[in-house]
Amino acid sequence: MHDKTLTQLAASLKSGEFSSRELTAHYLQKIEKTDGKLNSFITVTGEQALDQAEAADKARAGGGDTGILTGIPLALKDIFCTRDVKTSCGSKMLDNFIAPYNATVVEKLSAAGTISLGKTNMDEFAMGSSNENSHFGPVKNPWDLKAVPGGSSGGSAAAVAAGLVPAAMGTDTGGSIRQPAAFCGITGLKPTYGRVSRYGMIAYASSLDQAGPMARSAEDCAHLMNVIAGHDVRDSTSVARGVPDYTETLNAPLSGLKIGLPKEYFGDGLAPEVEKAVRDAVKMYESLGATVREVSLPHTHYAIPAYYVIAPAEASSNLSRFDGVRFGHRCKEPIDLMDLYKRSRAEGFGEEVKRRILIGTHTLSEGFFDAYYTKAQKVRRLIRQDFLDAFEEVDVLMGPAAPTPAFDLGAKKDPVSMYLQDIYTIAVNLAGIPGISVPAGFAGGRPIGLQILGTHFAEAQLLNVAHQYQQATDWHLQLPAIAEENA
Amino acid sequence: MQWETVIGLEVHVQLATRSKIFSGASTAFGAEPNTQACAVDLGLPGTLPVLNEQAVAMAVQFGLAVHSDIAEVSVFDRKNYFYADLPKGYQTSQMYHPIVGPGEVEITLDDDTTKRIRIHHAHLEEDAGKSLHEDFLGMTGIDLNRAGTPLLEIVSEPDMRSAKEAVAYLKAIHAIVTYLGISDGNMAEGSMRCDVNVSVRPKGQEAFGTRAEIKNVNSFRFVERAIAFEVERQIELIEDGGTVVQETRLFDPERDETRSMRTKEEANDYRYFPCPDLLPVVLDEAYLDHLRSQLPELPADKRERFQSELGLSAYDASVLSASREMAEFFEEVHHVCGDAKQAANWVQGELSGALNRENLSITNSPISARQLGELLSRVMDDTINGKAAKQVFQALWNGQGENADEIIETKGLKQVTDTGAIEAMIDQVIAESPAQVAQYRDAEPDKRGKMIGYFVGQVMKASRGTANPQQVNGVLKAKLDALL
Repeated sequence: MHDKTLTQLAASLKSGEFSSRELTAHYLQKIEKTDGKLNSFITVTGEQALDQAEAADKARAGGGDTGILTGIPLALKDIFCTRDVKTSCGSKMLDNFIAPYNATVVEKLSAAGTISLGKTNMDEFAMGSSNENSHFGPVKNPWDLKAVPGGSSGGSAAAVAAGLVPAAMGTDTGGSIRQPAAFCGITGLKPTYGRVSRYGMIAYASSLDQAGPMARSAEDCAHLMNVIAGHDVRDSTSVARGVPDYTETLNAPLSGLKIGLPKEYFGDGLAPEVEKAVRDAVKMYESLGATVREVSLPHTHYAIPAYYVIAPAEASSNLSRFDGVRFGHRCKEPIDLMDLYKRSRAEGFGEEVKRRILIGTHTLSEGFFDAYYTKAQKVRRLIRQDFLDAFEEVDVLMGPAAPTPAFDLGAKKDPVSMYLQDIYTIAVNLAGIPGISVPAGFAGGRPIGLQILGTHFAEAQLLNVAHQYQQATDWHLQLPAIAEENA
Repeated sequence: MQWETVIGLEVHVQLATRSKIFSGASTAFGAEPNTQACAVDLGLPGTLPVLNEQAVAMAVQFGLAVHSDIAEVSVFDRKNYFYADLPKGYQTSQMYHPIVGPGEVEITLDDDTTKRIRIHHAHLEEDAGKSLHEDFLGMTGIDLNRAGTPLLEIVSEPDMRSAKEAVAYLKAIHAIVTYLGISDGNMAEGSMRCDVNVSVRPKGQEAFGTRAEIKNVNSFRFVERAIAFEVERQIELIEDGGTVVQETRLFDPERDETRSMRTKEEANDYRYFPCPDLLPVVLDEAYLDHLRSQLPELPADKRERFQSELGLSAYDASVLSASREMAEFFEEVHHVCGDAKQAANWVQGELSGALNRENLSITNSPISARQLGELLSRVMDDTINGKAAKQVFQALWNGQGENADEIIETKGLKQVTDTGAIEAMIDQVIAESPAQVAQYRDAEPDKRGKMIGYFVGQVMKASRGTANPQQVNGVLKAKLDALL
């Protein structure tokens, strides 16, 4: 069962090949046996999942209008608030936090009949590119246990790649869906900012955060997007705009598709084997009828500096609510309010989170605000304009999702070299456009991701372009050895 | 040296929306602690604010009422600081692009002259919760019911030159917001609070002196007293060779003084930046026109109309238009009885006196405007005389009847105008007062007018106040003069 895509599983459930309860039990068993090696889950909600599966089977047996995802098991990054189930955000700060409500994404998935197997590991508060910043320990890459799975949605990526769950929800603030998808050899879509509600998703950088699906194929992602996309009155930044059926256009032919290759995405720092895999993929597109040209995104090299002003600035404010007063970690025996704040936060937050709070607090300070924050916002507008200009010429942009395949655990010691991981993904968040990472080969047994970018609200086109590639290739169907252990 | 006081006010007005500015929780006052705070108000992780449209409409109405430029685009910013009753660690406010731009308010001073006070801007923000320092044995209790209540902060220019002007300005703001119905204006419950910026400078000097900001003053009287104390403190300080430091001070009404809270050096760096969870508020002309068309008559217009249309004096018009409740009460009384002067006299006289004695506001008056109007109608159609009217008023006040007619009936206060009955009473009084009749007869003719008062009194007494005094007067005079 676990070697099937979500789309295939949905068909099997519909035909009655197996029940949701059988499917759910199978995945729970796989998690039980395998996840000790991967550490991809923080919380597994087995009992609850089996109950939901039985309910889904009943609903199917009862006939009527059950959605095609009814009975499909999923996992949620531990950043999505879930009623009655701990939501830790990968932090000691929230190790005791149980939200009294569900995130909108969780509500929608539940209403669609899907089953939640649990909450996946992540970099603390989504700050990281290797999943090494988790209070609950690092996640291992299923393709090579010495390698990181990427981050911050590393748990979701690893769980899907290892066949512990057919699909999972992630969030992407600077590449946190696409980079781990690339590292783990799965398909991950970051939708347009505002396409999916952020309500109930613990905020890292509010103007950049976006939830999206992580699955085996673009088709799987299309099914999930059909469920989670749309306006939410509880999120003012979600966009009131019609949601297409993302599966409908998956098979549109690509003849005449204009692909742009940003020259800045093929420069120094790009591993040759990654470049080769990406250029091979582009050739495949040419054979499918696409035309290719080089384009320029001239402000690309400002993206990381701008991001590391804007994201920490927002984070420093967003994370102020973790003060030990109403929820979350509280230090023992505080002597006064200031002591309560200082020790609760010093004890509750990890090093990277503290670093970004400090950076953000500094850049927003009187006397520095204009030099940092205001200037970074100007850069952000220029970066966005770069993309809009490029999309005047071409339909989609293609390039690597990350400069190298997954690196070894512990390999990146200094923060800046870690930040450079996100060089191809971060600008996309600053511009608010959608991007998808699809498996496009291997180097040294570790997967490589092709990133495809489209203009605002072009998710259907990205899924179509990715799906056509996946019809012509089988990179996305390959499974790591660990997926077959205990099978 | 002659000193001049310079005052600017920041008035926080709690807007009378049913729910909070960014959540659906109720804003009702006085509930059990923390029963009116939802996940958003508690700042639970993952929650997001959604702007209350009503709060925006109310801010715009205020802006229109003070002739402000309304911002086409306004933006919410986060004001970051840590405090136990500030759940998110920031207050959502409007720092850089407030919704209401420059405007002005006209104030009326004691000598009936007016002065224009400029408004710098007004912005929307959320209130914090409350820290309760009593009853927790050395600890602090937090009540977040108030967290997220919408506030309009109205910032004046430093245009006021005395405590009296500051109070007049505050009253004018109070009248405007209550007329608009955008706030209950209840200062005791904190619906209106103000920060007072005070400085002094030698008369004639153009540059402002260094100011002190007195935080959270919550009554008209305290504003006056806080300013009086602060002005004296600053002048003394300077005259003794010291300098005023820029600082935040607290007014202590028990000791009648202001105390330093923190100096400029200790001030927070609030690290304002645009709130990424909220979209800019964009307002178009059609929306403004719609709200403009719904503006009620405002205090200044009402005062003007009371004088020009109803013929009230400037003083009466000013008193009766000072608050929306007072004006509405008066207008209802007038509407029922049809006589503006009579209505004005009774509302400001008998009614206000009784309300003051029992420390009631006009909204809690035991006598409704309709009841008072009906009572005055009975005076005007001569059913009762003025003296009986006061009895009826008292009876209505005490709830001894539904309306004036009922009380007049049960108490038998109907004015006696039957000439025969009056003549009979007069004849009896004359017969029982031979000595007074003799005095009257012997008096100089020009003294007799005064002496007739005794007989009138006796007749009124005999009629238990119901006889028509004019009628009694006329008949008595004729009868007594016939005895000469």
